[in-house]
Formats: sequence, C-alpha cells, structure tokens
Amino acid sequence: MTGNMFINYSLLILFLPVAAFTIQIFIGKRLPRQGDWVSIGAVIITLVLAIAMFASMLFGHDPNFSQEASFTWLDMGVFKIELGFLVDNITITMLLVVALISTMTHIFSLKYMEGDIRYSRYYAYLGLFTFSMNGIVLANNLISMYMFWELVGVSSYLLIGHWYEKDSASDAAKKAFLTNRVGDIGFFIGILLIFSSLGTFVFSEIYDGIAAGQLGGTVLTFAGIGLFLGAMGKSSQFPLHIWLPDAMEGPTPVSALMHAATMVAAGVYLVVRLFPLFTPDALLVIAYVGGFTALFAATIAVTQNDIKKVLAYSTVSQLGYMILSVGTGAYIAGFFHLVTHAMFKACLFYGSGSVIHSMHHALDKKHDHKTDPQDMRNMGGFKKKMPITYWAMLICTLAISGVPLFSGFLSKDAILAGTLSFASQNPGHFLLPVFGFGAAAITAFYMFRLMIMTFHGKPQMPEIYDDIHESPKEMTFPLVVLSSLSIFIFYTLPYFNPFSDEGWFSEMIVASDSVVPGNETAHYIAEGIHHVHYYAMALSLIVAALGIFLSWTMYFKKKISADGWAKKLKPIYNLSFNKYFFDENYNQYLYQPFLKLSNLVAYIDWDLYDKYFINGFGRVTKLFSFFTGRLDYDGLDQTIIDGIGRSTRRAGGVLKYLQTGRLQSYLLFALLGVILLVLFQSF
Amino acid sequence: MDNLNTYLSIAAILFSLGMFGVITRRNAIAVLMGIELILNSANLNFLAFAKFGGMNMSGHIFALFVIIMAAAEAAVALAIIINIYNNYKTINVDDVRELRQ
Amino acid sequence: METNILSWIIWIPLLGMAAIAFVPRGKTKAIKIITAVATGVQFLATLGLLSQFDLSTGGFQFMERATWIPSFNITYILGVDGLSLPMVILTGLLFFLSTFVSWNINRAVKGYFSLFLLLDIGIMGVFLSLDFFLFYVFWEVMLLPMFFLIGMWGGPQREYAAIKFFLYTLVGSVLMLIAILALYFTCGRTFDMLLLMETAPTALNGVMWWGMSAIKVIWVLLFIGFAIKVPVFPFHTWLPLAHVEAPTAISVILAGILLKLGIYGMLRINYSMLPGAVWWFAGALAVLGLINVIWGAMCALAQKDLKKLVAYSSVNHMGYILIGMSAVIAAGAANGNNVLAAQAGLGGAVFLMFNHGTISAMLFILVGVIYERAHHRDIEGFGGLATRMPIYSGIVALAFFAGLGLPGFSGFISEAMCFIGAFPVFKGIVIASTIGILLNATYFLWAFQRIFLGTLNEKYKDLPEINRMELFTVIPLAVITLFLGIYPKPFLDLISSTMNVIIDTVANVSSFAGVF
Repeated sequence: MTGNMFINYSLLILFLPVAAFTIQIFIGKRLPRQGDWVSIGAVIITLVLAIAMFASMLFGHDPNFSQEASFTWLDMGVFKIELGFLVDNITITMLLVVALISTMTHIFSLKYMEGDIRYSRYYAYLGLFTFSMNGIVLANNLISMYMFWELVGVSSYLLIGHWYEKDSASDAAKKAFLTNRVGDIGFFIGILLIFSSLGTFVFSEIYDGIAAGQLGGTVLTFAGIGLFLGAMGKSSQFPLHIWLPDAMEGPTPVSALMHAATMVAAGVYLVVRLFPLFTPDALLVIAYVGGFTALFAATIAVTQNDIKKVLAYSTVSQLGYMILSVGTGAYIAGFFHLVTHAMFKACLFYGSGSVIHSMHHALDKKHDHKTDPQDMRNMGGFKKKMPITYWAMLICTLAISGVPLFSGFLSKDAILAGTLSFASQNPGHFLLPVFGFGAAAITAFYMFRLMIMTFHGKPQMPEIYDDIHESPKEMTFPLVVLSSLSIFIFYTLPYFNPFSDEGWFSEMIVASDSVVPGNETAHYIAEGIHHVHYYAMALSLIVAALGIFLSWTMYFKKKISADGWAKKLKPIYNLSFNKYFFDENYNQYLYQPFLKLSNLVAYIDWDLYDKYFINGFGRVTKLFSFFTGRLDYDGLDQTIIDGIGRSTRRAGGVLKYLQTGRLQSYLLFALLGVILLVLFQSF
Repeated sequence: MDNLNTYLSIAAILFSLGMFGVITRRNAIAVLMGIELILNSANLNFLAFAKFGGMNMSGHIFALFVIIMAAAEAAVALAIIINIYNNYKTINVDDVRELRQ
Repeated sequence: METNILSWIIWIPLLGMAAIAFVPRGKTKAIKIITAVATGVQFLATLGLLSQFDLSTGGFQFMERATWIPSFNITYILGVDGLSLPMVILTGLLFFLSTFVSWNINRAVKGYFSLFLLLDIGIMGVFLSLDFFLFYVFWEVMLLPMFFLIGMWGGPQREYAAIKFFLYTLVGSVLMLIAILALYFTCGRTFDMLLLMETAPTALNGVMWWGMSAIKVIWVLLFIGFAIKVPVFPFHTWLPLAHVEAPTAISVILAGILLKLGIYGMLRINYSMLPGAVWWFAGALAVLGLINVIWGAMCALAQKDLKKLVAYSSVNHMGYILIGMSAVIAAGAANGNNVLAAQAGLGGAVFLMFNHGTISAMLFILVGVIYERAHHRDIEGFGGLATRMPIYSGIVALAFFAGLGLPGFSGFISEAMCFIGAFPVFKGIVIASTIGILLNATYFLWAFQRIFLGTLNEKYKDLPEINRMELFTVIPLAVITLFLGIYPKPFLDLISSTMNVIIDTVANVSSFAGVF
C-alpha cells in the first residue's frame, strides 16, 4: 500500500464501520446508551473523510483521476488473487453518498429505534452494512466485489429480519437473501466466464484483455448478462423484483439506507463500473430489463395503500430507470440519477418513517394495535401537524417527479434524453423511450397521490389526529439535510442554470469508452443527446405535469373518482393491486414444486434407495447366510463333526471297563505290551 | 559256568519271580518284596555286564546306587503302606481301588 | 534432520490410553482430564510440526523409516507433506475440542475415552503413514473404535447405524486391500508408497487384465474404496444415519475428519500413483460431484431432523471438492496447459477439505448443544429461540452463513476456487452446480428461520443459554473459519508446493500411451 491520502482515507472509510460493528456485537449492550455513539462516531468520521476526499477531487479537477492499490490475497504460483482498491471520481462520489446516507440513517435511528430490544444489534448491523457497501464501491476487481456483494446481502438479511418475531419479517429477510442469491449465481458465472478466458479479476486487466481481443463475441455477451443478473438481483429488476417490497418489513431507516439509496443502487453501480465491458447485445438486454421494470413497477405503485410499499415500488421503478440509461449507453446519466435518487428517496423514506413513527405513537396511546400505521387510508391532513416532514417530502416528491429546480429533473432528463437519442439512432427500439416517459408520468401521479393522501384532505382517523406530532429533531434533521440536497444547485455548481446539468458532476464524471471492439454506443449516444436534449426536456416536463395534474384532480379536488375508475378498470386494477400475482405464481409454480421435488428426492434417497437397495445387499447376504448356515450346521457340523465326537464317545464307553483300579492288572497289561514289543522286535 | 549267560539266566529268573510276585500278590508287603527281587535281578545284570562286558567300575557303581535307592524306596513304600493301613484298615491292594472307573 | 516427532504424534494417545487403564473406573473426571492432556499435547505437537515445516518443497518432510516385517518388504515409514499437514493439524484440533464436547458422557467413561484415543491413533496414522501396509492397518484400526463409539454411546438406532457404518466401510476397505495387493505384486513387491509413486505408472503401463487396463481397474477399486468414505453418491447413505445416531463428539470427528480420509486417499494414492487414469476418470468425477451437490442439497432441504440436514450438507459440500479435484486435468497438454485452473481447482478442493472440517464440526457441536437441552432435533419443533438464546443463535447464524459459503468465511473462497478451477474444463457441469450455491442458502436459512426466528415456542421459554465449555469448543473453529476466509494466503502457501507436485504428476502423464 502506498502512503497515498486517497488510499489511506479509503482504508479508514472501509474499516471504521466494521470496527464499530465488532465493538457493538461483543460489548455494545454493556456500553452506556448501548453504544450507539460508537457507531455514530465511526460513520461521522467516515463522512468527514469522504467529504475531504470529495473536496480534493473537486479542487484537483482531474476527470481522469484514478488510483489503485492492491495486495496479494492468495497465491499458489500461477493462480493468484489480488484484492485492491480503485479510487476514481465515481468511487469518491459514491463513497460520499454512502457515508452521507449512512450517517443520516444512524442519526435518524436514534429516536426511531429508541427503546428497541435489540438496539445495539441494530447499530452493529448498520455498521456491517456500511462496511460491505463501501467494499463494493472501492473494489477494483470482481472477486472482492462479489464478496462484499454477498456481505451486503447478509446485512440486508439481518436488518430486514430485525424484528424477526414477526413471521412476515423473517420471511422477507429470507426471501431477500435468496432472491439475491439467484442473481448472484449469474454474477458468479459471469466472473467464471471472464476469468477462464482472461485469467484475471482486476477490472483494468479485464479491459485490456477485451481490448486485445482475448475475449469477445457471444461469450462476452453472456458474461455481461451474467454480471447483469447479479445487478438485477441486487437492484431488484424484473423478474427478481419480488424481494424489495417485502423488504419493507425492516425498520424504516433501514429501508431508507439500503432499500432506497445504497444497497439497491449497488446493482446500478456494478453496471456503471463495468460499463466498458458490455457488448451491444448485453446492453440491449440491460436496457429492456431496466425500461420494462421502470414502467412495470410504476404501475404497481399506483394502487398500493401502504406508504412504504408505494415508495418501494417507486424505488424499483427508479432503479429501472438507471439500468435503462446504462443500457442505452448514457450510463453517466444513470449514475447521476443514482446519486440524486439516493438523496430524495432516502429523504422520502425518512419522511414516511417520521409519519409512521407518529402514527405508531398515536395508536399506542389509544391502545390500538390492530390498525396498520403504514396504511395511507388511515392518514390525511397531517400537513398541519408535521410541517417539517411535509415540506421535506414535498421537495423530494417534486424532485422525483422531475420538476425543474430540483435534482431529479436534471438526472431524469439526462436519462430520458439518452433513451430518446438511442431510439433516434435505432428506431427499432422505440419502446425504450416509451417505457421511460410512461414511467415518468406514472411516477409523478403516484407520488402526488401519496402526498395528498397523507398530508392533505380530511383526517381519516379523527380519533388519533390530535396525537399526531412532528417528530423529534434527530429525525427531522436528516429530512432537512437530504431534502436540501435535492435542490438542483448542489449538482450544477459552479453554474446556476436549473435546466442544464452542466456542473461539477458532468465535468468530473465522464464516460469512459467501451473497450469492446466495434462498440461505440456511448460515444454515439453522447452525440445524440445534444440533438434531442430539448425535445426530451419538453416531453419530460409535459408528462410530469400530466401526472401531477391528474393526481391533483383525482385526489385533491376529487373531480375524478378514484374508486369509480378502479371499479371500471377492475381487472387491470386487481392485477396492479396484487402486484401481478408474482409472489403467488412463484410460489405455486416454482417454490412448491421444488419443495415437493426435494421431498421426493429425500424419500427416494432414504426410503427407497437406502432401505431397499443398500439394505437389500444386507438382506440378500442374510438370506444367503441363512442357507449356508443351515448347510453348515445341519450338514457339516451335526453329521460329520459331531459324528466323530459321537463315535469317540461310544468307543470310550466300551474301553472304560479296562480301568479297574487294580495296579497289578495295569502292570500286567504293561508287561504284555512289553512282551508284544519284544516279539515284534524279534520278527 | 562262569560266563555271562548263566548270570543273565539267573537274573531273568529272579526278575520273573519278582514280577510274578508283584502281579499276583494281594498283600502290599509281598508286592514290595517282589519289587525288591526285580531290583536285585537288575543289580545282578549290572554286575554281570561289569565283569564280562568291559564296563569296568560303572556296573558296580550302578549296583550300589540301586541298593541305596532300593533302601529309600522301601522306606517310602512302607510309609505309604502304613498310611494306607491307617486309612483303610487293610493292606490288601484290591481293597484300595479308588482309581477304578 | 533426524527426528521422530511424527511417531510421537501418532503414539501420544497410546500413552493416554495406558494412563487411563490405571485409573479406577469411577474417577471419570481424571479420565477426561487425561484424555484432554493427551489430545492437547498431540495438538501442540502438530502445531510444532507446522512451525518447522518447510513451505518451499512439495515433498515429504520429517520422514521416519524403520524395518517392520522385512520378509514381506513391509516398513514403517512416516512422512508429512502439504497435503497431509493441514489434515494432521485439523485432526489434532478436532480431537482436542471433541474431548470437551464429550465432557457430558457419563456411561462407561473409561471405555469411551480409551476408544476415543484409539480412534485418534488410527486417523493420525492414516494421514502420516507412507507404507501401504501400515496405511491399511491404521485404516482398519480406525474402524473398530468407531463401531463401538457409535454402537454403544449413540442414539436410539445406534446398533443398526453402527453395523451399517462398519459393513459399508469394510466393503470399501476390502476393495482397497485388493488394489493394494495388486499394486504390491505388479510393482516389484513393495508397500513403500514413495517407491510406488515412481514405479507404478511405468510398471502398469500397458498391462491388461481381462481386457481392461490394469491402471483403470486398480484406480476404480481404490476409488470406490475411498468414495464410500467421502461419501460419493451413490455410496452415501451410511452417512446420515451414522451422523444422526453417533454421539456429538463422534459426529464431529466423522464429519470433520473421517470424510476427508476418502479425499485424502484419492489425492495421495489415486492421483499420485496412477495419474494416468485421472484423465480417464475426471469427467465422471465432475459428474459425481454435480450429483453430490444437487442431490445432497435437495435432501438437506427436505429434512426434518437438524442433524440429518447437517449430514446431508456434508454430502453436498463433498460434491464441490470432487468438482475441484476434477480440475487437475486442466494442466495437461490436451487442455492447453492451463496450470492456473488446475491450481485453483485442486487448491480449492484441499482448502475446502480443511474448511469443511472446521465448519461442519462447528455445526455438529451446535446441533449437540440444542439436543442436550431440548432432547430432540426436530426443526419444526422449535421456533423463536433467538429471543431466548441470543448468543447461541448468533453463533449458529455464523456457522450457517459459513456453511452456505458466505464471503468472509473460509467456505466461500474454497468453493469459488473449485468452480474457478473446473470451469475451463467442465463448463456445463460447473454452471449446473452453481445452483448449489442457491440451494445451500435455502436449506440453511430456512432451517434457521424455523428454529430461531418467529415467536418463541412457549415450551422452550426456560432453555438455558450456551455454556462456557460449549463456547470454548466452538470459538476456535469460528475464529479459524473467519481468519482463513478473510486472509486465505497462509493456508494456500502451506499446500501450494505439494499441490503443484500433484498437478505436475497428472499433467505430465497425458502423454502416456496405453492408458486410454
């Protein structure tokens, strides 16, 4: 390792949270305040370090800045694995995002998780997550990325299952881990394909190998799709999206940190990081999966009543956006959206957490444990009671809907421009922008539906309305910080044009070209964006306005009856309300048959194969032994062997009469014997 | 007359008499006397061979051994007979048939 | 260097047995302490071996040689190399820890610990002996105490399990004996393994028996003999039964070491003496590995008994090892001299062999802990134990995650290496067996959920937490698993020279005519 500042800071950023994790696991409970200050201290230091790195990146002003450091992890001669860090502008930006959201979550949880039975455990797992996430971000090779990738899955498992007494929580945790593993198999096969051709896991060496033509064509396409499968699992893309909505069983700050801002973005980060190695075919798959997911998830979000579920599907949809943009080649736009989305979506989750927290307390006061504190149908009119939450969430809703002056507008606009540019060059793929714009309209619609149902209108449960209060400072502080960061200015500095994404971000983070020979997608798209930029902007503004307007008339003004339309479109409504029956179908056609098959296999193994076949050998031997035994005993032993005994005994019975006890007769026999011997001798 | 055959014939007769006594007598003392005869027939043989067979003094020494041994044997045998008498009140060997089948 | 440390390592337990013989039957504590001291000293001696071990050479070290039965050319040869050293250390460690796992044994204590030490001698002997005859003797010495340990101190079906185990493995021993004798008579009447490694490939080259290549016949005989021990599908059914019925400490030894004897035998004998047939058999090996992975995992998924689940997970993990072992042929000229893949595969297989030893030992100890308290192992019969036993469930979670191949634990990198190694040669098989990664996670997490998560089963609201003695037996294993998962280099440095020797042996033989 070099004495380089970036590498040293990265090391600290990586290992401080895991140190906090270790302390919390072993002695957390015995520390004052259950040790929450240890965790918070650790993440605040990482935040400071991340800011320092970020600042030096900004002042260094080198778009191609990149540093690597590695060490030998194992070495068998030829087979060798080196693990290491890659620090460039994307890494630094991502580190800052992770550190920031993580810090905010730690602070938010102070009050949200207050009095929880496993308070120190909770902070420990947050530390583990932060560590693993930073590991993914810093990895310069596939193997350590895969390792941290799985660790992120575990911390997600542990945190979703934090309230494991509830079956739904432990189910959701298991589902999240296993669904992720499905994707990870693809990821692993992708790694195998790349390694078997190039013999290296390190990104830069992989790029060199591909550029040199050692790996290409179909194999590379499949490798790319394999890696993307990993991203699909983590970023909850169709058809592996099923775990993310269920993951909302975890504590809300966790949802904000992992299932909105960072962990699920890891998939996007993976494809952004590895963009240069994807072939055009692989990218097309990525684009369609992402685009379809964006639209598909948005249509589910429209009908959900659980505030967190709406946000969860919204997250799936937004991740679809990012993936879509990577697929179309405008991958920097996707990364941009990742950053802005992290801020406003985390903030939205904190907002929902704040609302739920308040509902929970109000319901507790009434000793009502039946009413669902997350159901928006029980809310309404909270604007007056929770002004900070309201305004913060409003800003973020505007951002996610793509309204100018807010960050979401810039990044979403860039993505939509990218799809438009892609479609204009490949008219066959006109569906991609349709997915994008369609999702944009629906996003605006359901986000305002959420805001209006929660904060406007009449209170739906007047009996608890008086007990609804604004959340404490620990919870509103992250809301304020993150909603502020959803304003365009933070991304366009040093410029102040709210309609252009020109700024430090676009200057510092530039697309690197694909290394796949003959693939110039990124280049073309970048060219194309300039041509379609204004169309895209206009269109996106129109669809956003449309969505907001519809929502406004339907839920605020109630000019259009939402229930009436739901009835009219009953089949479609049902499909969306039940999430297209994915869970049910997976259960019926995948899990249950597989479990049955397993039971059958176990039955064959134990009750048929072992009992009859293996034990059959024993039985045959036993039968055979029975016959040989009979032969042996009745035939050999009883007749021949015992026969000898019997005849000996009979002879003895006769000869015993020679034993007279008279010594003199014995002597006589002896004498006769001697005489006989002498006679024999003489003839 | 002074040749080996004479001595051996006498010794053989002596042996046969002794053997006859041992086998036929019922009285334990008489059996013992028969044994003495057998031993002495052996002595006679030793001495005859010492004289005619060139055994030098070995024959004499063996004869002396046999006499000593006969004395010891007589002592032991008489002690056994006394014990038998004490236990069975008889010295008739036919009445002491514990080893009978 | 003249030393007889290896003999000491093998025979130290004998001193323990002698000492136990003089202790009166009733003094159980003294017997246990003597066993602990004997195994402890043995373990320290193996660590001493490690500290003196020369990493740069792949050959045998600390060799000892003495004539034993000269008329049949039988010698007492001991030696250790990078393949056997990790297993020797593992044996030392697991016997030491198992002594404490057996601390609760209170029936016929004297007999139990004497047999326990005898088992120790047998296993150490197999790993260290380099004379085929000696090897076979130790191999059989190991069977006998195992039979009694399962049959007398086991669960309700112990007699059936013990007899099944004994007969099943005896079949393997017999086949092995035939192969040993075949080698003895064809390769210059010697049992010296080192000599056989040199002479066997040439002496048997082109020899045909009943229309089959002699190399193949001997290879298959040996393979079946070892496969029963591993166990390779379809010779695996003794294992769940024996594991379930054996007392905890014996399950630990069974899963931790005994299964590895099969793999060790294949690498030491099949691979080193008859490398030609490896080429012929590698494909079948990979397929068997795949079947082991999938079959084992599916059976594990369906189990209701926790111990049986863990037992099937062993079947499952042995599959990865077989797949890794099949990768050796990648280094041959026919496969483009891909030494990299061969190193990854073989290294992964041996690494996993060690790791499965620590991880499955940990799992069995933990199953024993809950059995001790609840007196049953029915997965469905628990529920919510995490609330009641946080430390225990934390450690089980750790062991389960290690078992399902989570990065950060040693299981992951070794499994990954097996896959990485075999992939260039057997693409389809490896891709199919990666499903195992998912199934592993499924059965472990599902079991974890049913036992520990959810609401606490009222029946178990007074269950005591894991105690210090039990913690003491698990923590060293957990630490090793974690350490090697985070930094595997020390272990691979230990084995890589020897692995390269084996790889060279197999790779160079591809030119042999008459093998195929």
